[in-house]
Amino acid sequence: MLWLAFHFRALSLEVFSRGAAAPAPLVVVEKQGSRTWVIACNDAAEACGVHVGMAASAAQALADGLVVRRRDPSAERESLAGLAVWAGRFTPSVSLAPPDGLLLEISTCLSLHRGLGKLLKQARSGVTEMGYAATMACAPSSHGAWLLAKAEIEKAIREPARLGSLLAALPVALLDQPPAVVEGLERVGARTLGECLRLPRAGVARRFGQALIDELDRALGRVPETRAFFEPPASFERALELPAPVQAAEALLFAARRLLPELEGFLSLRQAGVQELELACRHERRDPTIVKLGFVKPTRDAGRMQLLLRETLGRTRLPAPVHTIVLRAPLVLPLSASSGDLFQARNGEADGDLLLERLRIRLGKDAVHGIESAADHRPERAWRPCQEQNHAAAAANRHRPLWLLPQPLPCHDGRLQLKSGPERIESGWWDGGDVARDYYVAEDRNGAQLWVYCDRVSGEWFVHGVFA
Amino acid sequence: MSASLESVLQHPGIWRGNQRAQTAEDALPTGFAALDALLPGGGWPRGALTELLIERQGIGELRLLMPTLASLSRADGWLAWVAPPYVPYAAALAAAGIDLKRLVVAKPPSEADAWWTAEQALRSGACGVLLAWLRAADERRMRRLQLAAETGHTWGVLFRHARAAQDRSPAALRLLLEPAANGLAVHVLKRRGGPVSQPVILSMPQAGVARRARRTAPVLSLVQA
Repeated sequence: MLWLAFHFRALSLEVFSRGAAAPAPLVVVEKQGSRTWVIACNDAAEACGVHVGMAASAAQALADGLVVRRRDPSAERESLAGLAVWAGRFTPSVSLAPPDGLLLEISTCLSLHRGLGKLLKQARSGVTEMGYAATMACAPSSHGAWLLAKAEIEKAIREPARLGSLLAALPVALLDQPPAVVEGLERVGARTLGECLRLPRAGVARRFGQALIDELDRALGRVPETRAFFEPPASFERALELPAPVQAAEALLFAARRLLPELEGFLSLRQAGVQELELACRHERRDPTIVKLGFVKPTRDAGRMQLLLRETLGRTRLPAPVHTIVLRAPLVLPLSASSGDLFQARNGEADGDLLLERLRIRLGKDAVHGIESAADHRPERAWRPCQEQNHAAAAANRHRPLWLLPQPLPCHDGRLQLKSGPERIESGWWDGGDVARDYYVAEDRNGAQLWVYCDRVSGEWFVHGVFA
Repeated sequence: MSASLESVLQHPGIWRGNQRAQTAEDALPTGFAALDALLPGGGWPRGALTELLIERQGIGELRLLMPTLASLSRADGWLAWVAPPYVPYAAALAAAGIDLKRLVVAKPPSEADAWWTAEQALRSGACGVLLAWLRAADERRMRRLQLAAETGHTWGVLFRHARAAQDRSPAALRLLLEPAANGLAVHVLKRRGGPVSQPVILSMPQAGVARRARRTAPVLSLVQA
């Protein structure tokens, strides 16, 4: 077993600040008893002299334009769940350590990610991309890894013996024990886990409870651990509140980018892709603006989503500033895992889809289409535009012109010379669109060859195509 | 030769008259031996613009491209049709051997969008060929397209009216097409490597059913086509 622990040390702050690139001075406060204390502050606030443990009123007096937010445990829970969804891209065994930790069992997925070093690097950049900061540690036991991460010891330990010596130096305050137990331990002179372990087991159990002994054993990997694994949600919908209302597309894109890694993790865990994405931009006292993204094929590539998001947002006019964005995947489609390309062949297919997506954003969905043939004798119904190229073979007919006029044009005075024909087409009496026509190839004075027909009901002549 | 002149001549946009045909140009065979013989590299220039100048539609200007389009449709990449004047007809395209799965038609709402679309299609490198019917051509726009074609290494074909023959153009190949008896007369207005004085007459597959029309010609003409 190898566990990777994430400790999100500033989660209570980041749930408010991660939506913007350069947030204003921000503190998170919590009410304890009758007074309100600062429990977290960002760098901008720290630069003004604010520090953790200060009274909220004092902090406000120090910093100009300080944003004070009350701690939001439900937002933190949601963020942690979002992070767990993201972690699904590494391993299906993800366990929550509320309020600010994640534990991943990674021994089974190391070769998939080409080794521990690469996995840690990916995890680090993913966390940063989503706007969080984390301390990461690896250890053979989940609780051991978690204690290391909480102690900010960023090490990857694989041997239980080394874990023991590292843990021995940690202070007892890190343990998940009630304050009375921690105080009691310190009173008997056991300030570190090592000192605690040197005390006689029976006595410790009698005095401080079996729970302490159990926790130490779990940390050292002496007893098996039972952890409940996180169950990913069935659908994807994530909201992100922006630190301040924005209207600029750049700022919105920045915020939306924070959510894309979560979506990517969600999709790779479910072996799925999306063909449509919705970004709802919520305004004050107004209906939200819904920005829709369409892909030619199901995808779960965050880079591609970001590219299209940039173009779409650049072309969207927002009626008012946005305070919250919600990213939603309305329909999740199965998509097999990408297999590595042995010869690094140029992937023309993927490029082509991207081109179509970009054209559709600017020109509109219906302005870009393919063409397929339909089983009908009437020339105007023998083709139709299509959004997705299916694989049915087209009905070839070498007596047809390359250009078809969208509407037959009536012929007026002048001269056309009939070169060949007629080809009689009579069809469609059953659906009200019946035609009875004799088609000819005609040449006009300039040498252009036209496809003309004589309507057998009215006797009038029309041009229907051009042999270009 | 001075060093600075040498460096100028290294520029890919500059070609010299005496190094016709030998240029290691990536050319797409046209399917017409007589035309291949006239074109540098023996075919349509990939990674450059080709202009086809015609007095009017319907003289065989698309039939001229069909052999090349058919072979391109079997390779990767789209056959992009930007702002076509009429509907490209599925049955006829299939009869010419074109795989319809590779066909993409874009109908941009405005002329500026059409130029943008053509440029994107050329630049992306995701298209085997771009066919475009664009209006309001000026030198700057044409130059942009030519550069995009070079960047994406894509064959760009512009259909323009014959009166544009007098204008200057950055296109690598300019052909003026005229109807001829049972075929098409191709005048090479510009190519990389020296002018061509004589037009070449290509015989085109004839349109329509082989049967002769028994009817006498009605008095007809086109309002507009």
